[in-house]
Amino acid sequence: MTTQAKPFDVIGRSQERQEARGHVTGDTIYIDDLKFPRMAHMKAVRSPVPHAKIRSVDFSEAEKVPGYIGHLTHEDVPKNTYTILTLIGVEPDEEKVLAEDRVRYVGEPIAVVVAETEQAAFEAASKVKLDLEELPAVFDVEEALKPDAPVVTHWGTNYFVYEGHECRRIRYGDTEKAKQEADHVITGRYQMSPIEHAPVETTGCIAKPEADGRVTVYTNTQAIFFTLDNTAIILQMPTSKLRFIGGTVGGGFGGKVDVITEPLATLGALKFGRPIRYVYTREEEMQVSSTRSASRIYITDGVTSDGRIISREVTTYEDCGAYSRHTPYGVTKHAANAAGPYTIPNVKIDVYCVYTNRPPSSAMRGFGVTEASFALEMQMDKIARELNIDPWELRLRNAYRNGDERPYRKITQDATLVETIQAAAEMAGVELSAELRAMSSNDREGVN
Amino acid sequence: MALLRGRGIAAVNYPTGMNLGGDPSQALIHSTPTGAFMIVLSSVDLGQGLRTVMQQIGAEALGVPFDQVHVQTADSDTGPHCMGTFASRATHRVGNAIINAANEAREALFEVAAEELEAAPEDLETDGEGNIRVKGVPERSMSITDVALAAHFKHGRTISGRGMYIKPKSDVDPETGAMDPDSTEAHACTVAEVEVDTETGHVRVLSLRSAYEIGRALNPALVQGQITGGAWMGVSHALYETTAPYYPAIEHSPADFTNYLMPGAQELPEIESKVLEIPSANGPYGMKGVGEMTANSPIPAIANAITDAIGVQITELPITPEKILKALEERDAQAQEAA
Repeated sequence: MTTQAKPFDVIGRSQERQEARGHVTGDTIYIDDLKFPRMAHMKAVRSPVPHAKIRSVDFSEAEKVPGYIGHLTHEDVPKNTYTILTLIGVEPDEEKVLAEDRVRYVGEPIAVVVAETEQAAFEAASKVKLDLEELPAVFDVEEALKPDAPVVTHWGTNYFVYEGHECRRIRYGDTEKAKQEADHVITGRYQMSPIEHAPVETTGCIAKPEADGRVTVYTNTQAIFFTLDNTAIILQMPTSKLRFIGGTVGGGFGGKVDVITEPLATLGALKFGRPIRYVYTREEEMQVSSTRSASRIYITDGVTSDGRIISREVTTYEDCGAYSRHTPYGVTKHAANAAGPYTIPNVKIDVYCVYTNRPPSSAMRGFGVTEASFALEMQMDKIARELNIDPWELRLRNAYRNGDERPYRKITQDATLVETIQAAAEMAGVELSAELRAMSSNDREGVN
Repeated sequence: MALLRGRGIAAVNYPTGMNLGGDPSQALIHSTPTGAFMIVLSSVDLGQGLRTVMQQIGAEALGVPFDQVHVQTADSDTGPHCMGTFASRATHRVGNAIINAANEAREALFEVAAEELEAAPEDLETDGEGNIRVKGVPERSMSITDVALAAHFKHGRTISGRGMYIKPKSDVDPETGAMDPDSTEAHACTVAEVEVDTETGHVRVLSLRSAYEIGRALNPALVQGQITGGAWMGVSHALYETTAPYYPAIEHSPADFTNYLMPGAQELPEIESKVLEIPSANGPYGMKGVGEMTANSPIPAIANAITDAIGVQITELPITPEKILKALEERDAQAQEAA
């Protein structure tokens, strides 16, 4: 283990967080504190059903609401079909900024209305008449992959395609052979819940047209340029026409990497020539904004009677909801981590990005890994119980060491799982055997 | 009824950064005429204290006091590119970019100081208190304010630096999954103790004892903030939160915090943590990302503790009283059948 000899002057000290006092006194300025002359308010008209054809949308009653300014539909959006990861080359475009002929989840935006006050915008949105023809819907990841399942996507299969494969794959060694050699084959099924990011500050922005023809967008995005670039792509306008200002965010947890409010607010600012405020209500944040994916994880492990895991097969179904957003990326991150921080010579992993008629899931704290850790660490305990092996010992014997190859063929460096487990045991007053205490991440002493 | 106690453990790794598309961030640093250093970014502070940590890294790398450095973020007109704050990447990527920018700015600073002090730049050092001096000759010293003034008004030079850090793109092999998705690995191990009320199904988390190995704690108080917040989120994820209480059914989806349950202060367990610092190969000053991982080990540790307490493994989150009571009923029914 290396330790830095040089003493540090500034790092390693608990400097008080620069904005902390502003946050606790309420002096910090968030999007909701900003007000501009002539600022108008935007609200979405949303689908009340999980899957339907749109026959017609009628704004005539909404237009009578005092303070009504106008509305936007898919016809106003220059590039209405997009995919947020287009910037790193992910295809195909799939999500609709505003629904066209079909809605695919409860809460999918069909149009937005703009009004003088937030109250008027709410009222106008509630008066837009939707004529919908409901379609059969699918909500379960494994149901969605059955041949007769209702089709969610525009290309006909309810899974994302990875370079010709229906899932992201890891293939390492030969699990079929290893399972034959194992003394025990232990299986498990684990279900992660979809949860909300639940930031204190809900998702939103204000787009303000400037005298020079540019638009300034005050936003609580987690990624300034990513959001700016995606907005420019959706609106088919030069990026130099946009200026994004943010940087102080009341909680993100991954939910504010989706690009949802900025394109429509900017479009509204350009169309109506006024600053447009588009901020989610708590209800929208809970029910419409993306969630953590509801993953279902199946594990089959081949284990020797002395507790060496020699084979691990993982099949995971990540529920991306109606549109994949960041999930294709999270699926790959999950695949990389689905064998866990253990050195297992034979690994086979299949991770599916599955479309259902649920609100989209997307990035969330621990994206891809939280669910892997949950399932694997429950599975480790299951193995320990079935083999009657101490759960500390099982983990320490199988923990990855520096120099080991991971199933995705990267050589491990910076592994310290052994030391971390030993430290936790000490804290909990668990007496590990001398053999386990002597283990290190830097050698395989006591493992084989 | 009975109150059953159980203990569970979980050990996890967490990758720092998520790269598949190329993952860059940049930083610009310049000195004002009087030697205050401005770090300009477009990175976003989510409330975790990014600005403060960036200020610390900048001050450390420049060799100037913390208060002499300021961080300006995030305006796309002035801040250089940053991919964003996610994937436990910000401190790693932006921190490295700031160190690179600081090295360039420090070089310019030393060149001006060298002329003023009539010494070679390589013979100079900062004292961490706002001065530059000749190594071994502390009386040949001048304040950074005076160096900056000289640079601006005498030498006609900028004291500035450009910094960039990129984790290059890594394509995934579609057949084998071979890839290089991350920069380093942080680790955690949690021991959870719970008490399960077999009459109500209610679970009380009594304690979470965790060790975290995070390379380097750049700001220990902010690390503690992440640990406490993550432990809370772990409890919440394991026992309370869901947007679909009867998943996959979509009914009963909560609309606000009155029916989207989260633990309050009363439900918080005793949280004890130990931070190990084993520097990483490529993080700024050896750090590893602590942002996301702190919620990950408490979830399975709590689930395993519940199994230990009641003898039945419940594998669907959240582990609500309803699920516990059903599991206990099934267990008892099976026991009766066997008898």
